[in-house]
Amino acid sequence: MFMVARIFVELIAVSDPSSKGMHMATTLTINGETTSFDAPPDMPLLWVLRDILGMTGTKFGCGIAQCGACTVHVDGKAVRSCVLPVSAVANRAITTIEHVGSTPAGAKVQKAWLDAEVVQCGYCQSGQIMSAAALLAATPNPDDSDIDAAMAGNICRCGTYVRIREAIKHAANGRQS
Amino acid sequence: MNAHHNVSRRTLLTGGLATGFLLAFHLPLRAAVNEPVQPKDTTDGKFAPNAFIRIDADGATTLVMPQVEMGQGIYTAVSMILAEELDADWSQVKLLHAPANEKLYGNPIFIIQATGGSTSVRAFWKPLREAGASARAMLVQAAAAQWQVDAASCTTSKGQVTHKASGRTLSYGALAAAASGQTPPKDVPLKDPKDFVYIGQPLKRLDTPDKVSGKAVYGIDAIVPGMKFATLAQCPVFGGKVGKVDDRAARKIPGVRQIVVLDDLVAVVGDHMWAAKKGLDALEIEWNEGPNAKINSKAVWDDLRAASERDGVVAKSTGDIAKGLAAGEKIEASFELPFLAHATMEPLNATVHCKPDSCEIWTGTQIMARVQSEAAKAAGLPVDKVTVNQHLLGGGFGRKLEPDMVVAAVRIAKKVDGPVKVVWTREEDIQHDVYRPVYRDTIAATLSGGKIVGWKYKIAGAAIIARWLPPAFQKGIDIDAIDSATDVPYDIPNFHVEYVRAEPPAIPTGFWRGVGPNNNVFAAECFMDELARKAGKDPVEFRRAMLGNQPRFLSVLNLAAEKAGWGQPLPARVGRGVCLQPSFGSFIATVVEAEVDEQGEINLRHVTSVVDTGIAVNPDTIVAQVEGGLVFGLTAALYGEITIDKGRVQQSNFHDYRMLRINQTPKIEVHLVKSGEAPGGIGETGTTAGPPALRNAIYAATGVALRRLPIDRKLLAAGKKA
Repeated sequence: MFMVARIFVELIAVSDPSSKGMHMATTLTINGETTSFDAPPDMPLLWVLRDILGMTGTKFGCGIAQCGACTVHVDGKAVRSCVLPVSAVANRAITTIEHVGSTPAGAKVQKAWLDAEVVQCGYCQSGQIMSAAALLAATPNPDDSDIDAAMAGNICRCGTYVRIREAIKHAANGRQS
Repeated sequence: MNAHHNVSRRTLLTGGLATGFLLAFHLPLRAAVNEPVQPKDTTDGKFAPNAFIRIDADGATTLVMPQVEMGQGIYTAVSMILAEELDADWSQVKLLHAPANEKLYGNPIFIIQATGGSTSVRAFWKPLREAGASARAMLVQAAAAQWQVDAASCTTSKGQVTHKASGRTLSYGALAAAASGQTPPKDVPLKDPKDFVYIGQPLKRLDTPDKVSGKAVYGIDAIVPGMKFATLAQCPVFGGKVGKVDDRAARKIPGVRQIVVLDDLVAVVGDHMWAAKKGLDALEIEWNEGPNAKINSKAVWDDLRAASERDGVVAKSTGDIAKGLAAGEKIEASFELPFLAHATMEPLNATVHCKPDSCEIWTGTQIMARVQSEAAKAAGLPVDKVTVNQHLLGGGFGRKLEPDMVVAAVRIAKKVDGPVKVVWTREEDIQHDVYRPVYRDTIAATLSGGKIVGWKYKIAGAAIIARWLPPAFQKGIDIDAIDSATDVPYDIPNFHVEYVRAEPPAIPTGFWRGVGPNNNVFAAECFMDELARKAGKDPVEFRRAMLGNQPRFLSVLNLAAEKAGWGQPLPARVGRGVCLQPSFGSFIATVVEAEVDEQGEINLRHVTSVVDTGIAVNPDTIVAQVEGGLVFGLTAALYGEITIDKGRVQQSNFHDYRMLRINQTPKIEVHLVKSGEAPGGIGETGTTAGPPALRNAIYAATGVALRRLPIDRKLLAAGKKA
């Protein structure tokens, strides 16, 4: 929809050979594809995704696992990528907002989000959708307390919480809120 | 008498900020409506009749967005207004961010190219309709010329011109080249609202599919070939400077490329944000804290309280206030509001590529042209050598009405070879905000026969307008700081409003969602409940009795009371509170139902808002804005406070600058009243409504008359009394 130039990862100068020591070759499985790159082992997955791989759908919000904007799935569970060292997720299946629509729960959540017109600025919504998709995959018919428990770690500054709750209920078997 | 409010005068651009601005300025936007955005050139078959509309030969209809999208849904609303009068095919609509160009895209209310103050629809309603109607007329003229029929015998719908009598139809795409040769008509008629096909419908937002799939590109997501990543530290003390920097440890961090030391900030440039952040953490910086290191919150409040004792500049006075205040027992109260940070979910950022003769910027801002001119100053370049690429904003709330984050990035980028993305940490974002100022509002009133006889109201607070839009700061009055104080809806015979300009020392202040009405609606509506109690009246009844000349206010108040179950019994320590607000050209009544537990903790149970905002361009977006605005305001009431000690902000991230979360969010019901009046503003309204309605609910539940925000739970534990 937006005619904003989008230039992809191969254009970023991260593979510059003058990059100094301590980086190590890392291989991750992200959205079903194996990807190799050099990164310090303590580098949080968030910055690998955003600044090395150019996958900007996952957002930076606080850096201390307080807001949930950076939520991704590791082996299907919602985790905060801003405090997750890349060395801890080798050999784990990582799913991001760019690919969550290929999971049944993710697709249902994305559709429900549009049907309920949840989104305002949208910046937190990648994380909200990842948390909601993990919730529905584990708990197909969540009640209000399940929703509170799964979603309370995701801040929305625009205040879309009422619609998030409604959309999760719609996504779960099309139940009316 | 009721001199200070008149419904019939609430036409297009009255209400809120608009009134004052319109007194001061003329509207320049006819340029954008009538001047083609590019010379008449039919070679590419494109029809570009004005600054907002471009139609390609294949029918693709590109609408240029003069206001920025920060979540409020304005891209969709602007598109609906243009498409309505253009009779465009909604499925063919594409959007383009407007470039920096004050002449073409200046906000008719602010004059400068700014998005804020709930002005977008109010300011652009007429010019966008004219732009759409004018383009439509040119397409019709082109078809009529081709068919050799009278233009008046042609009709339009969904991107096509039809001549019914002869059964002929041409698409806008097919007519684009010929329409470019037509002269724009003068005084083109606008549609009768009863013929609207898009306006008034809850159309799906155009910006949301990409936001749900992770494809949407915010400023922080800009990727420029070869760019590096930087983060920065400014002196923790306001106005402090860099002393000594020991960067030996930082330089050893893998991925750190460069340390940029400027007089007031230090930035670390690296291969990615992680390297930059680790590098910044490893720097040993000695700051020259300067004279502001002694500032603390207590001193700020002492100063403000002293200032609020002074006489102010009279903003409005009707009747005889001396007589009014002598009419009975004088009831007085002061209300205090704290500094607040914006905390947009997208931390501040800008990506900049400075070259010797040009500067290119990628960011999301509420002030396109001002960012361009301020960046040009920082880069030492002429304005036309600076390009600003606008992006979606991950929240604005007024923070991005300031250019400081872009200016800082430009100053850093001048020292860096190649493009650099400068991203602030959340800590830097909260500790170097431009804060919602502290306010102290003092009211004295008298009652007679259950009605208000005299009302003397004094605002003390910063004059943001004086800094942000100096020509609009006239006669010592900040029209934002007094907004809604001069417009209370009640029939009060002796009415007086004063303003004392009181600038806090060294702490930068700026607009924050809800702007001036936040302080005035809070003080006035809280005080109304205290007066109601003094008069022995129910708060809704008390208000109703003074709304004889205000049918739109009366109607939203009555409906809100009905929908909220006003008057129905509640358990102990549960209360309902009401707020009626005149702000932003909209008429809104809100009822909050809340419970206060034995420890003073608050459980939000239910919120009901009834909204008359005139013609609702997109009713679903309006409901969403009020829902979200209420959460924004209630968050501030429950948690929001920035405090200062030793010249520095004490909060740093979401653990100590808290946000309402989903588990604390009540049911929220928003009801729209159908209206044929011109549209009002909406983005700020919920934020303004939430805090006084909650405070009044707490007053009803506990009898404690809170007069400060955020809510102090210690005052509300069981057994405490006002």
